[in-house]
Amino acid sequence: MIGALARMPSTFRTLGGSQVSNVVGLLLVAAAAVLTVQHVLQHSASYFFQILIIGVADGTIYALIALGYTMVYGIIELINFAHGDVFTLGGYFSLALFPIFGIAEGKPGFGYVLPLLAVALITMLLCGLVNVAIERVAYRPLRHAPRLAPLITAIGMSSILEGAMYLWRGPFSLHYPDLLPLTRLTIGPVNVGVKDLIVVVLAVFLVVVFTLFINLSKLGKAMRATAQDRDAAQLMGIDINRTISATFFIGAALAAAGGITWGLYISSVDPFLGFTTGLIAFTAAVFGGIGNIPGAALGGLIIGLVRAFSDSYFDSSWTEILIFAILISTLVFRPTGLLGMRVPEK
Amino acid sequence: MKRLRDLVRENARNPNAIAYTVMAVAALTFPAIVQFATGGNADYLVSLAADGGVFVLLAIGLNVVVGFAGLLDLGYAAFFAIGSYTYGMLASEQLISSPLHHAFHVPFWIALFIGMFVAAGAGALLGAPTLRLRGDYLAIVTLGFGEIVPRFFRNMRDWTSGVNGISALDVPTLPGWITGPWANATFGIEQGFRFTSFNATAWYVLIIILIVASVIGVNNLYHSRLGRAWMAVREDETAAAAMGVNTVNTKLLAFAIGASFSGFAGAFYGAKLSLVSPDSFGFIVSITILSMVVLGGMGNIPGAMIGAILLYGVLYYFLPAAPQQASTLAHQFGMDWLNTVVPNGWPGIAEFINRLKFILFGVILVTIMLLRPQGLLPSRLRTQELKRGVHDEPAAVPS
Repeated sequence: MIGALARMPSTFRTLGGSQVSNVVGLLLVAAAAVLTVQHVLQHSASYFFQILIIGVADGTIYALIALGYTMVYGIIELINFAHGDVFTLGGYFSLALFPIFGIAEGKPGFGYVLPLLAVALITMLLCGLVNVAIERVAYRPLRHAPRLAPLITAIGMSSILEGAMYLWRGPFSLHYPDLLPLTRLTIGPVNVGVKDLIVVVLAVFLVVVFTLFINLSKLGKAMRATAQDRDAAQLMGIDINRTISATFFIGAALAAAGGITWGLYISSVDPFLGFTTGLIAFTAAVFGGIGNIPGAALGGLIIGLVRAFSDSYFDSSWTEILIFAILISTLVFRPTGLLGMRVPEK
Repeated sequence: MKRLRDLVRENARNPNAIAYTVMAVAALTFPAIVQFATGGNADYLVSLAADGGVFVLLAIGLNVVVGFAGLLDLGYAAFFAIGSYTYGMLASEQLISSPLHHAFHVPFWIALFIGMFVAAGAGALLGAPTLRLRGDYLAIVTLGFGEIVPRFFRNMRDWTSGVNGISALDVPTLPGWITGPWANATFGIEQGFRFTSFNATAWYVLIIILIVASVIGVNNLYHSRLGRAWMAVREDETAAAAMGVNTVNTKLLAFAIGASFSGFAGAFYGAKLSLVSPDSFGFIVSITILSMVVLGGMGNIPGAMIGAILLYGVLYYFLPAAPQQASTLAHQFGMDWLNTVVPNGWPGIAEFINRLKFILFGVILVTIMLLRPQGLLPSRLRTQELKRGVHDEPAAVPS
C-alpha cells in the first residue's frame, strides 16, 4: 500500500503556484495587521509608543546576535548553536571586567563612558578569540565530514560554554549593574526611557558600521566571495581559513556587544540565557533570509516588535507560539525568508 | 547445524550483525545480570533501562526522517509530545474536566496505535506545507513546529491541565503474565495482570518487544521500494525526481512514518510515568535524539540504537551518578578534604562534578564527532561512498 502511495502522481506541485501563495500570504498579513490595529486602538497612544520603543530595543539586540548566525551560515552553511552562548559569555566577561576598571553601580555619570568602552572592547576581543578557537577545534576538522557532524559538535560546544559559565559563577542569574540613566523623557504624547534610546542608538550604530564594513572593506569582500563560492574564491587568492576565522571573530564580537547591551538593558544574565535568546535570534536570521545581512537586521527588528506587542497587547504565554507560527508561515509563502534570494541548486 | 555455522561465518565480519547480536544478548541478559549484581534490588536500573528503550524507539524513528530520507528534523520531540498527550487524554480522567465532560479509558493496546496514527498524521501535516522547502529551511520549520507544540499543550489549560500536565494515566493490562522472584513472588502465572511501577521488569519486556517489532518494520521499509526512494531523495532530489520517484509522497511518508514511532514511544512513556507534562518535550529533547542518531551513525538502524543507548546511559545514568561516585572515591582514597565544603569557595567534589556535567556532556559529543565524523556504526553504503569518493568516479575494480 505504501509503495502504491509513493507511485501516485503528485498533486501538490501543480497546486502550489507562487502566485496563489503570494495572494494568500498577503491576505494573512492584512488580517494580522487589522487585528493588531484593532487591539492597539483600545489603549492609549503613549502606551503604544512605550511598547514600540521596547520592541525596537529588544529587536536591535536580537539583530546584533542574528548577524553572527547569518554570517556563519552564509559562509560555511552551519547553524552555529554555540553562538547564543558566546552572546551570554559577553555578559559574563564584561561583568568580571567591571571591578577591574572601577565600574560599580550607584555612581553613574559621564566619567563611565571611557571605562565602559574599554570593557566593551576587551570583551569583544575575548569573545571573538573564543569563537575563533571554537571554529578551529570543532568545525574546521569537520569541514569535509558528513553535514550533520559539525551540527552536533556545535551543540557540544554550546553545552561546554554553558557548563563553563555555570562552573564559573554558579547556576543562578547574576545582577548586572544599572549603569544607564533611569530618567525618562516626555515629548508630546510619547514617554520614553533614556535607557531604551541609548540601547537602540548603540545597537543600530553597530549594525550600520558592520554592514558598511562588509560592503566596503576588502575583508568584507573576501567574506562575500567565500560565501558565494568557496573554491572560486580560493582560486582568486583568498585565504579561506583566515576569512572564515575573521567571520567567526566579527560575529562573536557583535554577539559580545549584544551581551553587554542586554545586560545593561535587562540588568541580569544567567548561564542559559543564550539558549533561548540564541534560538530567537536564529529565528530572526532565518526570518530575514539566512545568509543575508540586512535581512537578519530586519528579522531581528520584526521579531522584537512582535514580541513586545504580543506580550503587552495579547497574552505573553502565546508570544513564542506566535513568533514561530509567523516564521513557519513566512517560510511557507516565501521559502527563502523575507529578503533572501533563491539560489540555484548546486 | 551446518546452516547455523554458515550463517555465523557469513556475518562474522558484518558490523551490523555483530551489533544486533550484542544488543540482543545484552537486552536478554540485562535484567538477570543486574538482579544478581545488586542482590535483587535492581528495579531502579531495570526501570531506567525501560525508559532508555523509549529513546531507542525515538532514535529509530528519527533515523527514518534524518538518516534515510535526509530531512533534517529539529523538532522531533513534538511528535513525542503528541503521542504522549494523545494517550494522556484517551486513558485518564482528564477529559471529564474539559469541555467534553466525558472521560475516555481506551485500553493501552489500542491507544498505542491511536497515538501512532495521530503522530503520523501530525507528521504528514507538518510535511505538507514544507515540501517546497529544501535543506536547512526545512530544519527551521521543524524547529518552529517543535517549539509550538509543547507550548500549545501547555496553553490549552482546559484540555491538558496546563503546566501541571495530565497525571494518573491508565496502566496497560493483560489477561495473564508470568511472575517470578523479580517481582517478589514465586514462579507462576498471574491472572488479570496490571503493569505497575512495582514491576519494572514487565515494562522492560514490553519496551523490548516494541523495539524488536519496530526494528523489523523499519528494516523491511529500508529494503523496500520506498526505502530506496528515500535514499534517492537524500542523495539528489532533482535526479530522483527525474528518475520517476514521486518526491512529494516520498518525503511525506518519511515524515509520517518517522513520526509514528515517536507516537508509539510517547504512549509507552506516558503510561509508564503515569504523567504527561509539557516540560518533557522541549528543544533539548529534540536535540538529544538528533545527537543520538548522528553519534551512532546516521542511516543505519543499529547505529542509531547504539547511539541512543550510549547517550542515554551518559545522560541519565553516568552524569547523575557521577557526583556521588566521586565523593565516595575521594573518601576511599583518604582525600576527605575534597569533600569538605568551603563557604564561597570550593563547593565539595560532589557539587563540583555536578556543575561540571554540562562540560562533560559537551566534551563527549565533540570528541566522538571529531574522532568518528561518520558516527560510531555508520551505514556501510555511505562508508563506501566516503572512501571511494563520490558517484562520478568509477568504483575500484578488484584485480
